Amino acid sequence: MSPNEDHATAPAYERLERATAPLERRLVSVIACERVGPYRLLRVVDPAGPRPAAGQFAMLATAERWGAGEDERPYLPRALSFAGWADGEASFLLEDVGPGTKRLCELRAGEELWMLGPLGTCFTPPAHGRRPLLVGGGIGIAPLIFLQDVLGKPAALLGFRDRAHTLGAGLLHDTRLTTDDGSEGRRGVVSELLSEELDHEENATVYACGPPAMLEAVRALCAARSVPAELALEAGMACGFGACYGCVVPRRDGGYLRVCVDGPVVDARELEQIEAHVGAPA
Amino acid sequence: MRHPVSFLGLELAHPIINGSGTFDAIAARAVFGAELDCAFPFAAFVSKTITLRAQDGNPPPRLWETASGLVNSIGLPNPGLDAYMSRDLPQLSTLPVPLITNVMGSTIEEFVDLVAACSERDEIAAIELNVSCPNVKTGLDLGSDPVQLGQLLAAVRPLTGKPLIVKLTPNCADVVVCAKAAADGGADALSLINTLRAMALAPRVVGAGRVGPWLGGGTGGLSGAAVRAVALAQVAAVARSVDVPVVGMGGVQRAAHARDLLDAGATVVAVGTESFRDPAVGARIAQELLASRSSV
Ligand SMILES: Cc1cc2nc3c(=O)[nH]c(=O)nc-3n(C[C@H](O)[C@H](O)[C@H](O)COP(=O)(O)OP(=O)(O)OC[C@H]3O[C@@H](n4cnc5c(N)ncnc54)[C@H](O)[C@@H]3O)c2cc1C
Ligand SMILES: Cc1cc2nc3c(=O)[nH]c(=O)nc-3n(C[C@H](O)[C@H](O)[C@H](O)COP(=O)(O)O)c2cc1C
Ligand code: FES
Repeated sequence: MSPNEDHATAPAYERLERATAPLERRLVSVIACERVGPYRLLRVVDPAGPRPAAGQFAMLATAERWGAGEDERPYLPRALSFAGWADGEASFLLEDVGPGTKRLCELRAGEELWMLGPLGTCFTPPAHGRRPLLVGGGIGIAPLIFLQDVLGKPAALLGFRDRAHTLGAGLLHDTRLTTDDGSEGRRGVVSELLSEELDHEENATVYACGPPAMLEAVRALCAARSVPAELALEAGMACGFGACYGCVVPRRDGGYLRVCVDGPVVDARELEQIEAHVGAPA
Repeated sequence: MRHPVSFLGLELAHPIINGSGTFDAIAARAVFGAELDCAFPFAAFVSKTITLRAQDGNPPPRLWETASGLVNSIGLPNPGLDAYMSRDLPQLSTLPVPLITNVMGSTIEEFVDLVAACSERDEIAAIELNVSCPNVKTGLDLGSDPVQLGQLLAAVRPLTGKPLIVKLTPNCADVVVCAKAAADGGADALSLINTLRAMALAPRVVGAGRVGPWLGGGTGGLSGAAVRAVALAQVAAVARSVDVPVVGMGGVQRAAHARDLLDAGATVVAVGTESFRDPAVGARIAQELLASRSSV
């Protein structure tokens, strides 16, 4: 890397610093909630909020009609990764998987949201001389959209269910795709692309977010090849700020870590095998 | 009524505290920075339940959302008494409010060790005995049996001059009988309600057969708005029947709900699950109570 390039990337990397959140949840208003294939890109104005770092998340709840959905839910706010931030405007990428995300997907311009955040850990810059490589699955692309911006647009390997979902890939640059059914890109799972990539790139640092099975494949691959990897995890959450102890995943050296304060972004070496709960989203 | 509130010899700035296990002040400091200490939402801080030995807690999943409520099977993860004293206490003692330490033993002997250790520490203003956690078998048994409650108080009361709060379980035949047993045994205050025993089944998958429990701990405890009416009934019944002050909690989301518990006879009100939705809600409820009082 030439000194010039070094200089060009340094300021961006500085933005990967975990931000603290205001103690009170705040009202933010919706600018737009646009369709991106089966996903929605939600944009809000958050003039009072600090700048989040890629990988951090917010707890969101609509100000009106939060509750009384399917089974009289949602009740608690929902965790959503920042998919971008610029000048007091935050964006989130949503997938409707239940009553909370369904209500969020229905938001219209001008409606208001309760927001707490930025919360959790962020991705950290690659060590000097290492090339960042993004790996995403499904809605797990959300934090990678933000991260790609900060890291100077490194390549992204993305896996989706089918062609319709690959429309989400349009939110990233320099992508290579797989689909489960082969309707777009290569047929298969994204960890196969990662494996090939690592065959001829020895100096990669992997940044991954996606469903548990994908993260486990990425974790195992990177562990076997001693490639540094940061994984953005998911877990059911009630609070998002370390209060409830509900969001735990097993730590490799015993005990549990709280995904909301020790994560969501964790060094892959801290984790044991990543398992999905029965009935959890695939 | 006046501000501040006098409770167990402590002058509290207002009547709102946190429910044990629903606010981690140490984690919150890292998340919210200096603002946490400047605008601490509670008039006293209640620690999560501390046990004699360290516990990891229950395997996940630990949370299930119900209609306006939450079932948790957290399983009392905590660093254990020694690490609490050496690692957590120095950090908690710098909070701008008095510290109440909540402890639970699986036997009366363990309670004795816990109370004796807490009694020696100046940083601890009062001790809350968790005899009511529905996730740990012995807790349920002890707190729902007035005879065992009497034995517990007989064992720990002589050990400390610090105020003892007994946190009652709602999972018993008659909460008033248990409340009287604790008060007669020398409790300085009673707190209620803890969570109601509850369970959830894993979501059904099309084509699959019967489903098992969702929560890693099998069963859990229900809290939040869904339990508010139960809490009001139990707080009113207990406050009517004992002379010691009562900490009322269960489903408090707004000043009106806190006001209901105060009107039912509580001296102090604790907020639990609602803090998950807004960590600053305790402070807002306190402000609204003050405003409504000065406008009367
Ligand atoms: C750090 C973090 C970042 C995230 N970022 C994003 C993002 O950027 N975009 C995005 O779309 N999603 C994101 N998620 C996931 C999102 O938070 C969940 O999809 C959402 O909370 C689901 O809520 P729901 O009401 O729509 O669905 P739910 O009905 O709550 O269902 C979601 C899953 O929870 C389980 N479940 C079902 N019923 C219940 C119940 N009653 N109680 C508890 N669990 C139940 C099941 O496993 C179900 O599949 C993120 C999660 C985390 C932790
Ligand atoms: C996630 C969670 C963890 C809890 N942990 C404890 C605990 O460690 N000790 C305890 O005495 N009560 C514990 N409780 C019970 C609360 O302190 C409170 O009694 C109960 O939740 C009712 O109040 P709420 O409806 O305002 O939440 C816990 C409750 C929740 C929701
Ligand atoms: S979501 Fe409550 S501790 Fe992590």
